[in-house]
Amino acid sequence: MDELLSVADLETRFRTPEGEVAAVAGVSFAIDPGESLGVVGESGSGKSQVFLSIMGLLAKNGRCSGQVRFRGEDILGLPAARLNALRGSRMSMIFQDPMTSLNPYLTVSRQLTEVVVEHLGLSRDQARARALEALERVGLPDPAARIDLYPHAFSGGMRQRVMIAMAILCQPELLIADEPTTALDVTIQAQILDLMRVLKRESNTATVIITHDLGVVAGLCDQVMVMYAGRLVETGSVREIFYQPRHPYTRGLLRAMPRLDDIQDGLLDTIPGQPPNLQALPPGCAYQERCPQVYPRCRSERPELRILGPRRGVACHLELGP
Amino acid sequence: MSDILLAVRDLKVHFPVRSAGWRGAHCHLKALDGVSFDVRAGESLGVVGESGCGKSTLARALLQLIPPTAGQVLWLGEDIAGLGDRAMRPRRRGLQIVFQDPLASLDPRMTVGDIIGEPLRVFQPELKPDQIRHRVETLMGTVGLLPHMINRYPHEFSGGQCQRIGIARAIVLQPKLVVCDEPVSALDVSIQAQIINLLMALQRQMGLALIFISHDLSIVRHLSHRVMVLYLGRVMELGHRDGLYRNPLHPYTRALLSAVPIPDPDLERARQRVTLTGDLPSPLAPPTGCVFRTRCPMADRRCEEHTPLLEPAGPGRQVACHHWRRNADT
Ligand SMILES: Nc1ncnc2c1ncn2[C@@H]1O[C@H](COP(=O)(O)OP(=O)(O)OP(=O)(O)O)[C@@H](O)[C@H]1O
Ligand code: SF4
Ligand code: SF4
Ligand SMILES: [Mg+2]
Repeated sequence: MDELLSVADLETRFRTPEGEVAAVAGVSFAIDPGESLGVVGESGSGKSQVFLSIMGLLAKNGRCSGQVRFRGEDILGLPAARLNALRGSRMSMIFQDPMTSLNPYLTVSRQLTEVVVEHLGLSRDQARARALEALERVGLPDPAARIDLYPHAFSGGMRQRVMIAMAILCQPELLIADEPTTALDVTIQAQILDLMRVLKRESNTATVIITHDLGVVAGLCDQVMVMYAGRLVETGSVREIFYQPRHPYTRGLLRAMPRLDDIQDGLLDTIPGQPPNLQALPPGCAYQERCPQVYPRCRSERPELRILGPRRGVACHLELGP
Repeated sequence: MSDILLAVRDLKVHFPVRSAGWRGAHCHLKALDGVSFDVRAGESLGVVGESGCGKSTLARALLQLIPPTAGQVLWLGEDIAGLGDRAMRPRRRGLQIVFQDPLASLDPRMTVGDIIGEPLRVFQPELKPDQIRHRVETLMGTVGLLPHMINRYPHEFSGGQCQRIGIARAIVLQPKLVVCDEPVSALDVSIQAQIINLLMALQRQMGLALIFISHDLSIVRHLSHRVMVLYLGRVMELGHRDGLYRNPLHPYTRALLSAVPIPDPDLERARQRVTLTGDLPSPLAPPTGCVFRTRCPMADRRCEEHTPLLEPAGPGRQVACHHWRRNADT
């Protein structure tokens, strides 16, 4: 059993006044120890819900099914007590808005030491030393002077560092980062990405980076998952996804992004139309309304993810050949 | 010189603020501190910078939605700085704005037809209702909205569609200049490209000038002729797009460009980076001398003591740095 995390047929549904929404449907993938996985897709494509489901952090109106194994143990629907023991110590998650993880009424030292005391059973003094060390590692300037401050005394970039420090305190095997730099300025984003690169090099923590920024994925990830309308549409190594994209949506995304190193002017290639309404998905492929290569079969039959190699899959009828 | 639509001279916007603490001394937040530039007919000027550098303040101060503290805003040769809403009204025919948050900027109780048509009713009262309706429907087609949706309300549209409505409204009177404040930041990548294309096409068809404000340097590169870089309320560098992106002269421009990730794994991993240390200083207490010096890898004593002025650095290029020559290609 090599895999750190393996997910099979994950399905996440929400009850809403307008009926049920399948936010995630039939998603399967695996992460190896130390690997870095990028998850991309448009807003509402289900990127966050996949990992919130795995972490047992779904909203109250959400339900999920499928199989999620962490180091071989089935963790989907585990009792809260057992999940809590895993969360924060062996797997942890950081969010776009650090204040969703940081308690504004507690000092940073209090929040950091609590995690270690709870999960590793260290004494207060040991825990504080450990917290200081983590703050140093994430490059918080002058940690000794700052550790006893409240989160609001920090800038956005510093809070993000504190949150990363909290997430790595117990040296988790899996770190999930949901849009960790989206709210930050580019120069601050560059600092945080540098930090994540260093953490990756220095530890064997596997990371998941959920982002809509393909540039972030290009610089940081080994594997990539592309999601559309709650499904996995393409997966492959970072080079496969960027240099040999096969799904029409992946190709469209890559072309629609203006690049800093662009030399071509004029109009951008675009993906026409808009992301589909999850509650009114057409039969067949969810991308059909926007796909330049759509053909009759796409309108009646849903393309399954076809496995093209150990870590390569595409969900598109074109893969069958004409 | 006649093709200059807008000339901004030494524009300052200072907000009075009460500092924290129970005594709360009064001080000023210098959101914009001496900004000067021109915009010519039909050109697009990109404005880039990080949060708090004064981008949105600039957009609002140009339209007189906030009164400038000092300086001139010459619109078609006339100083409009400080004009009230009343006096600005006729001038807004030619000078329009599109905001970042597409939905929040539209009146939720008005139909799309009313939102887009309102400026027509105000400025061309002679138009009959069906003439207005016809103009609105044509325009909806131009910006990529289905004309039969004319009676719908904003909340029935997606973010990208709301931005199209905002753009339609901004161009219905055929303005000369549209200020776009982060018009695509709230949109998905695939929708961003659609809106960028729309703006570029409109610019070509109507000879529109654009001020395109964004924190996204890739997008700004794509649709600007010239680019202005702001930091803490001041202009750091201004120049033609290609020159500025190829050979950035200001250390801040260099750092900004090097911080933008490129969606190409091999290129991205092989890049040499200048990573800035430290955070943006508080705009309430900007550094003395050069405002960038606390993060600048080239800062020295002179930078601490003397504020660099914006000086010419080649054709169409201006830079505010004592040491820009060290960064120039030789
Ligand atoms: N509590 C909820 N009740 C109902 N629907 C929900 C709930 N939470 C999420 N959803 C829906 O689930 C779908 C997937 O959401 P998710 O947050 O995973 O998207 P995402 O890909 O992370 O998007 P973003 O890029 O905007 O973060 C969306 O359509 C969303 O509206
Ligand atoms: S299955 Fe058909 S519609 Fe879907 S992406 Fe492939 S070609 Fe396009
Ligand atoms: S003036 Fe000095 S501190 Fe300012 S940008 Fe130039 S070198 Fe850096
Ligand atoms: Mg999300």
